[in-house]
Amino acid sequence: MNKVTLIDRRDDDHAIDAHAVNSREFRALYKKREQIYPKLAHGVFRNLKWAAMAVLLAIYYLTPWIRWDRGVGRPDQAVLIDFEGRRFYFFFIELWPQEVYYITGLLILASLGIFLSSALFGRVWCGYACPQTVWTDLYIYVERAIEGDRNERMRLDKAPWSFGKAAKKASKHAIWLLIAAVTGGAWVFYFGDAPTLFREIFAGEASVPVYLFIGVLTFTTYALAGTMREQVCTYMCPWPRIQAAMIDKDALSVTYRVDRGEPRGAHKKGESWDGRGDCIDCRQCVAVCPQGIDIRDGDQLECINCALCIDACDDIMRRVGRPTGLIAYDSYANLERREAGKAMRYRLIRPRTILYGALMAVVGVAMIYGLATRQTLDLNVIRDRSPPFVRLADGSIRNDYDVKVINMSPAPRQIRIELSGLDGARLQAPRLSSDGAIAAVAQADGVTNVRVHVVARNDVGEGSHDLVFTVRDTQSGASAESASAFLAGERR
Amino acid sequence: MADKRERDEISGTETTGHEWDGLRELDTPLPRWWLYVFYATILASVVYWVLMPAWPLANGYTTGILNWSDRDNVRAEVQQLEASRLPMFERLGQASVTDIAADPDLQEFARAAGASVFGDYCRTCHGAGGAGAPGFPVLADDVWTWGGTLADIERTLRVGIRSDHPETRMSQMPAYGRDNLLSAAQIGDVTEYVISVSAARERLSPDPAAAARGAIVYQEQCSLCHGPSGAGDRTQGAPSLLDDVWVYGGSREEIRRQVELGRGGVMPAWEARFDAGTIRALAYYVHEMGGGEPDAPPPPLPEATPAAATAPAQ
Ligand code: SF4
Ligand code: SF4
Repeated sequence: MNKVTLIDRRDDDHAIDAHAVNSREFRALYKKREQIYPKLAHGVFRNLKWAAMAVLLAIYYLTPWIRWDRGVGRPDQAVLIDFEGRRFYFFFIELWPQEVYYITGLLILASLGIFLSSALFGRVWCGYACPQTVWTDLYIYVERAIEGDRNERMRLDKAPWSFGKAAKKASKHAIWLLIAAVTGGAWVFYFGDAPTLFREIFAGEASVPVYLFIGVLTFTTYALAGTMREQVCTYMCPWPRIQAAMIDKDALSVTYRVDRGEPRGAHKKGESWDGRGDCIDCRQCVAVCPQGIDIRDGDQLECINCALCIDACDDIMRRVGRPTGLIAYDSYANLERREAGKAMRYRLIRPRTILYGALMAVVGVAMIYGLATRQTLDLNVIRDRSPPFVRLADGSIRNDYDVKVINMSPAPRQIRIELSGLDGARLQAPRLSSDGAIAAVAQADGVTNVRVHVVARNDVGEGSHDLVFTVRDTQSGASAESASAFLAGERR
Repeated sequence: MADKRERDEISGTETTGHEWDGLRELDTPLPRWWLYVFYATILASVVYWVLMPAWPLANGYTTGILNWSDRDNVRAEVQQLEASRLPMFERLGQASVTDIAADPDLQEFARAAGASVFGDYCRTCHGAGGAGAPGFPVLADDVWTWGGTLADIERTLRVGIRSDHPETRMSQMPAYGRDNLLSAAQIGDVTEYVISVSAARERLSPDPAAAARGAIVYQEQCSLCHGPSGAGDRTQGAPSLLDDVWVYGGSREEIRRQVELGRGGVMPAWEARFDAGTIRALAYYVHEMGGGEPDAPPPPLPEATPAAATAPAQ
């Protein structure tokens, strides 16, 4: 049977040679990087990772192509960061630069989300969703498709240069570069109309920054996913350092159940399992590890919790007829409970996760509330600094203002600008309505500058006086206020 | 020295061969990638010398085969910018007052262009934002010597005041003191009278007896230009004396000095310097500082939608 051959091959098969290049015993300070040849794993988690990869890559590459009708003359791209027009479009949401605090909210949500996921499942972000993991996985997939699985790749790298080897290497790097270029290409589509930009890029008409960004992202994708891989996680990424603080005794992470596995050792078919552990030391878990470590050394900074070693070991356990789960998502709490002879317990709901969940709910509700009640009318008042005030023929004093009326709705609005808060002050403008307010039209989806003059009686008194401008939509009644100052001083 | 070089056990790297109080130093080679980047930068600098201006010569510099010149680039860009603005300036130069009043784009352009030119040419005397300075009238207020409609301001800009333009705006107040046209006592009296009719009277409390004497002098000497009531006459460029705004200062002493010296400043004629569009932009900017007077009846209230017109004002 298969399992026998596999175990019998341990003396001549590469599987036995699989040494964890980054395992504790080989982790010398001055060591040069050693190439890792991850073996293809089969199982639940490998399939989960394929699915996550497909979904995430699809989201990344396809999102800019989703169309969303916003009416004539306005961008019809569902997700668009329009630097030139200073707008951020996200489906039905449209944000102006002064509303970037929504982004802050998103970042808070993202942080809490990663805290929560860490408290529940350890480095699940690293293992399944991090772009570094996803693209590395994609690159390894390409590598495997062209050069074969672990053993073939090792053999190929050791082999002297031949035409076949060169062809394989060249096509691998070509496809990597292509993926990298497409990745960089997709990035720029988030910042401009995708179909237009797509045509411009190939016609050579796109702007220099566009090509520059594609170039930079092509390079980083190729370098990070193709050549640097696990080094990014181990040496460049801050998250492995932070995550220790995020994980508690009940957090699940990929664990070798040492209590069940040891003492490890080779096992011949038919031999008794009494007095020994379940680990047959086949080193399959090492062979599949993309980080080049041995999970049996315990929790390690290098481990991205990709769970491929679970798949590899479960496979072996089935072959040798032992229960699966020698390597599994497990917690320290469970290890202690097993040692104390108690039943295992998975505590997903505990104070820490409830707190994270509740905080996320609060931030989420606050953001939704903010978006739902978002004001589409606002104003900024800029007082003229020179001259600070003007004395008029009749002795009264005038201050001048630029009132910027911000209309975030897609239609022009009839508005009034009203003044309050200072006795004896009145608005002076060509378009004064009978009740002393200024009538104007706020242009659609833009800022309209209204020059406003305020005149106060000469007895207003020296110094700075507070006043308030109110802009009001004459139809809907929506309004916004802004405080400003009125200055009067000695005559010259 | 070389014989003392040895390999460090832990790192496998050679040492420099020196020893200081038992301390030896590793001679770690430069990282390869760093070295190659360094070579690449050297190579790039050579390429740069060939392509771009690089080395100073006795009378000039090596221009490089790309003929790159920042100076030319800036010149070209400025020309391009000016060309792109030209149509707007032409439109503005041909627009009537009502055209401007009806066209927000034109207004925005005129304001921006006017502000820019004002900052370059007018601000030196009239101050930022038309704040004025002693001897240079405030432009932001509503007091105008030669008229404050858009057309008046534009004409002042075109022909200047006491300038060398043949049609210049021209007025000359006699120097009553310096040229001995009036006695010192008479000048004192007329100063009191002027204060008594102006809005400064509360501030300066003129002497009633002197003011009464001064009234006679005023009617003889000043009323022809400044008007019998002191309201001034814009057609002659004679300022109103009724307000409390004084080009040469509003203290009793400053008002008296002006009667003595009859000063009048010079404003250049800008017609030869600027095209019609620029002059109109300037006029519009000054007019909109706040004291501009209407050329025509004010334009009707703007309307966004027909429904808005019928909406009751609250
Ligand atoms: S933990 Fe599992 S996969 Fe790893 S050596 Fe032991 S039996 Fe093999
Ligand atoms: S030890 Fe296991 S979970 Fe960790 S990186 Fe390696 S294969 Fe993935």
